[in-house]
Amino acid sequence: MLVRSSWYELRVIMCLAIPGKIISIKDKIADIDFGGIKRKAGLDLLPAAKIGDYVIVHAGFAIQILDTKDAKKTLKMLKNIKIK
Amino acid sequence: MSSNLINKIKLLANKKVNIMEVCGTHTMAIAYSGLKSLLPKNINLISGPGCPVCVTPTPIIDSAIELAKKGLIITTFGDMLKVPGSNSSLEKEKSNGNDVRMVYSCFDALKIAQKNPKKEVVFVGVGFETTSPTIAATIKTAEKEKTKNFSVIPAFKVIPPALKVILEQKNLKIDGFLLPGHVSAIIGSKPYQFITEKYKISSVITGFEPSEILEGIFMILKQIKTKKPIIEIQYKKVVKKEGNPFAMKLLYSIFEESDSQWRGLGIIKKSGLKFKYKYKKFDALQKFKTKLKNAKEPVGCLCGKILTGTVKPIQCHLFGKKCNPSNPIGPCMVSSEGTCAAYYKYGQ
Repeated sequence: MLVRSSWYELRVIMCLAIPGKIISIKDKIADIDFGGIKRKAGLDLLPAAKIGDYVIVHAGFAIQILDTKDAKKTLKMLKNIKIK
Repeated sequence: MSSNLINKIKLLANKKVNIMEVCGTHTMAIAYSGLKSLLPKNINLISGPGCPVCVTPTPIIDSAIELAKKGLIITTFGDMLKVPGSNSSLEKEKSNGNDVRMVYSCFDALKIAQKNPKKEVVFVGVGFETTSPTIAATIKTAEKEKTKNFSVIPAFKVIPPALKVILEQKNLKIDGFLLPGHVSAIIGSKPYQFITEKYKISSVITGFEPSEILEGIFMILKQIKTKKPIIEIQYKKVVKKEGNPFAMKLLYSIFEESDSQWRGLGIIKKSGLKFKYKYKKFDALQKFKTKLKNAKEPVGCLCGKILTGTVKPIQCHLFGKKCNPSNPIGPCMVSSEGTCAAYYKYGQ
């Protein structure tokens, strides 16, 4: 098994951003659930984010919404790769 | 799925290729997962300059230390504390009784300023385009809430100009780039176009899971085989072609591009960020009249060359002997994203 357990232990790494689910929003600050651990993050860089979205959080701010549809597409593509 | 990908990579790897993983988080992920041992020998993975702590030059550390000694509250990300300056480090200054605090976010530094209105609070701002918009957002809040005792040492870097310098190096030929996932989440794919258009080098914006890195390598090899270098996105679940335009707009409303000194790469045109005139009151170096002074690199340390991919950690005489994580001589051993730290912790 190549994929090692969780990346959370490396959360202090500066370019590593981690995905979590927005569970509530108040004054541009969201409560975010990272697999059971709740943390606050600013939505200043992502004003369109809404409750239920999965977002990537870096240094206290959500920086991008996770596209689960595209993620699934990537997985499908991986399965269908053929080498001639 | 990963073993399937490795087999496909093996089929494509019929000649020697140098692939640079630009981002330090990729370096750590590759080392952590042991990917190198699974890849064919023809694939030479080279670590790049994408470790923000590592590329921050010594004069920035020295200026933060100087301000700490003046009695200011110095805040920064954890990795910065141990980086050696010319004569000391922020960690040593903290143990000397100066007020140096580690924060997770620049916003936490602003909160410290608001809780200590009689003290000046300085944030040592290092990072690439993933981090700099979070600082821009914090400055915007500080302006709105009229916080006057908060400022930032602007030591931010912009990635694409550094890649140009790497490509112009005569002693290293790069065949492909694994481009950073989260920098690209902000800037998108357009700022990298010159890599394929001018230099014809295959490039893939890649995620951080080992399986994503394998897929990125596979996509690079496929581009090399078909001789069609383009900027592809493997990390589509996070990176859009246009990046995060809102974050970019906010970033460039506070900062503007400036020439900047990188450890190992020298001064690179338009590769840093400085405060726009309107926001210069937030520039700690101007506010406290601190000039960046020239400084020598630690004797024998090859961090600068390691950052350009021309030397590997094991070629450094200090590596693993005089220089180790508990006694780092250079920043490549300090940072949790540093190439030396990755080699030391996880081996080759």
